[in-house]
Amino acid sequence: MKLGLITNESYNLMRKEDKLSWWQALSGFRPSLLIDRLGLDRLSLVLIIIALLVAMPIFTLFVIALSGDFSSLSHLVKNVIPHASKTTFLLLFGIAFLTAIIGSLSAWLVSFFEFPFRKTLSIALMLPLAVPTYINAYAFVEFFGFTGPIQSLVRNIFGFTSSRDYWFFEIRSLGGAIIVLSLVLYPYVYLSMRAIFYLQGRKVIEAASLLGAGHGRIFTNILLPLARPALALGVILVLMEAINDIGAMEYLGVKTLTFSIYSVWLNQGDFAGAAQIALILLVIILALVIFERLARNKQVFSEKEASIKINGFQRVKLNGFAKWVALFASLTPVILGFGIPFFILGFFALRSLKTGFDASLINALFTSISLATIAAIITVMVALFLSYAIRIKNTKTIRTLVRLATLGYALPGTIIALGIFLPLARFDNFVDFYMRDWFGFSTGLLLTGSSITLIFAYVVRFMVIAEGTISAGFEKIPNTLDQASLCYGKSRFDTFFKILLPLMRPAIATAALLVFIDVLKELSATLMLRPFGLETLSIYIHDLASRGRIEQAGLASLIIMLAGLIPIIILMKTLQKS
Amino acid sequence: MTNIKQILTAGISALIISVSIPSAFASDTVNIYSYRQPELIAPLLEAFTNETGIEVKALYLGKGVLERIKAEGKNSPADVILTLDISRLVGLKEGGVTQSVVNTKIDANIPSQYRDSEGNWFGLTTRARVVFASRERVEQNIITYEELAEEKWKGRICTRSGQNAYNIALIASMIANIGEEETKTWLRKVKANLARSPAGNDRAQVKAVYSGECDIAIGNTYYAGKMRTNEENPEQKEWEASVKILFPNSEGRGTHVNLSGMAMAKYAPNPKNALALMEFLSSAKAQEIYAEQVYEYPIKAGTKISPIVESFGKIKPDNLALEEIAKNAAIASRMVDEVGFDN
Repeated sequence: MKLGLITNESYNLMRKEDKLSWWQALSGFRPSLLIDRLGLDRLSLVLIIIALLVAMPIFTLFVIALSGDFSSLSHLVKNVIPHASKTTFLLLFGIAFLTAIIGSLSAWLVSFFEFPFRKTLSIALMLPLAVPTYINAYAFVEFFGFTGPIQSLVRNIFGFTSSRDYWFFEIRSLGGAIIVLSLVLYPYVYLSMRAIFYLQGRKVIEAASLLGAGHGRIFTNILLPLARPALALGVILVLMEAINDIGAMEYLGVKTLTFSIYSVWLNQGDFAGAAQIALILLVIILALVIFERLARNKQVFSEKEASIKINGFQRVKLNGFAKWVALFASLTPVILGFGIPFFILGFFALRSLKTGFDASLINALFTSISLATIAAIITVMVALFLSYAIRIKNTKTIRTLVRLATLGYALPGTIIALGIFLPLARFDNFVDFYMRDWFGFSTGLLLTGSSITLIFAYVVRFMVIAEGTISAGFEKIPNTLDQASLCYGKSRFDTFFKILLPLMRPAIATAALLVFIDVLKELSATLMLRPFGLETLSIYIHDLASRGRIEQAGLASLIIMLAGLIPIIILMKTLQKS
Repeated sequence: MTNIKQILTAGISALIISVSIPSAFASDTVNIYSYRQPELIAPLLEAFTNETGIEVKALYLGKGVLERIKAEGKNSPADVILTLDISRLVGLKEGGVTQSVVNTKIDANIPSQYRDSEGNWFGLTTRARVVFASRERVEQNIITYEELAEEKWKGRICTRSGQNAYNIALIASMIANIGEEETKTWLRKVKANLARSPAGNDRAQVKAVYSGECDIAIGNTYYAGKMRTNEENPEQKEWEASVKILFPNSEGRGTHVNLSGMAMAKYAPNPKNALALMEFLSSAKAQEIYAEQVYEYPIKAGTKISPIVESFGKIKPDNLALEEIAKNAAIASRMVDEVGFDN
């Protein structure tokens, strides 16, 4: 507690007396008060239930990995894990490096400088968020491949006929994978850096330039250290996305740990072995999460500064050469991360329109949007609860429970899918068995036969995005605000709904949209968990691409990217409003 | 507050809508879990529905069909399982998710070496794993699998992932034919001869020969037919035209062939319809569609081979028992890891 004048005890006492007086005065029933009291009492219990539900796939994974079959372990340790670990580390390192550079440089440019198209670019830099990693892989292989426009041009100019006449960068490689993924994942860094520059940077930069510091020095000596937690958060989100990817890795032929899980399980039918590799991945992710927490705790966050709106901030106007460099630097990521996939798949889409329109596409689109909406709403509601629980009762137990409830993001979608599917299918069959036995009718596959399982997987998988964004939002609201409200006799319930929630709207919107986009793009868990007869856009595209028919997936990919744009536009508006 | 309420109402009603997905247990339907690509079986399923009025619902799962059916247990909606590889067919039986089908029509259509002795699975087509060689840069018209390990192919071979079911089956057949140790040495040398790390599907390998990245590619025959007749992407016709098909070991034990097939799920909710579908798929009509539109080798004796398939050349299939391939699949898969084939 950061209260100076009022001690914890006296403050609690005040609240208690306050409640009693209300209670006595009205001698009636006040639901919010009841919920407030019970809510506090039952907080841990509810948290435990959520944490258990969300962490269930992880438990399943542990059980399968550790109580299962160790027969293949020595083979995996000897022949699979070393290479896959090396590849994974190189991939993550490369992506962290590249996204940190692209994300923070572009955020810096659009936050503090004025150059042509700056405003447009500050929005456009988010566009690659709409491109799933696997789609970018398909597009890059087409674009930079032998039959793509670039190599064709090279051949035309120099009169080459065969790929052995010249050297060209091979996109189907580790380096290619780093580039392909970085170009669509950097917006996570960009968004989080931009937010921090917006909140904290302006005041600092004004002070620093008054004192005579140059732009470069301000960036490296002041802004970067200041934004380090934001940078860490962004990069960690990026890395978690990268670790999850299977679609792009499969297509580019890069054998990461995640891919090995997929391959060991599905090609070799060795689920225990897959779970054992998954545990190694979990350790890496756990290290990332702990690192992120440490970084966040180190953050010197001045509540006062953060809540002050700085009006009339003047961006530095760039002239001459510098302005073109800035334009070029912030345009390049947009062109590569959005322009190329958009161009390639748009081209395929146009060409496929000639051969007729596939009706199942509309179905897939509708399915994807409804799934994403439901998942986003549920995820955000649970995330709000988790974040608020930490805010009002910041104990070690609560924090641990919340961490547990958000660990799902660490797991590749395929493993989450199995971790969920096995227990839920068992539950379905259990219920069905007793219903048949007692009442003589079958309930069938109650959960696994419907999209509940799928939504459950999304909630598990994307909880950390919502929770991270919402927690960051809560951190911006000083605790003194809650305390003031409580002192004035408002209950926790009222404080939450009437004071915090309106202030949290931007964070909630951001969280919901990030989840929405991610669900729309999600592939690996969807592939395994979709109920019979349900097809989403990502599945539609993946199926075509895996059969070497990306050309026919043009329209669907375009739709996924365009649908991904809608939340970005709304996100933009929310950001501008705040 | 109203905002929250509205969101809640919308969310819950949407959830209810999404949950009430049409049941997979309607009376005149049959449900398929398929490893096979939907457009490859679509013409067959259409013909079946036209003939019987039974509606077909297909779930295409590239991988993990067995795991899914196991987990679903007695409530699995699957009636018929379609696979494209012998190891998977055997795996389904060993996994205990199939049931025995004894039907004289099916047995008459499918020769006994292409079906399980207890009727737990049936083959539908065979497909040969061949070499696509550059017309420009490869002169020889005869090749063996063993030869792929020779020094002269250094940096000239392209193939998809070694863990792919087709390659696993090929390696498993090598194990059965030349022994485990020999195969491992062979595989290591083939790996050393690869022009690039394995990636993409069989079609992508042919494209790589076309582009000059490699001189020979390993792939299934029907891809050639698919590419040659590809009107949507006519550039694939050019890729196909740049290669010739060599049937490996045609002067020796014969070319490795794999089996695509079907099985009835153990807890099939619509067993009658499932049987009808299985009968149909083994019938002359369906086998002709396989030959004409999918460019595979039909299994039913007397079915006409399409002119395109005939143009590939004469095939002498390796007569190795299919069970031998299935038996060695697990060893083959480990071997791929041991030699770092996909790295």
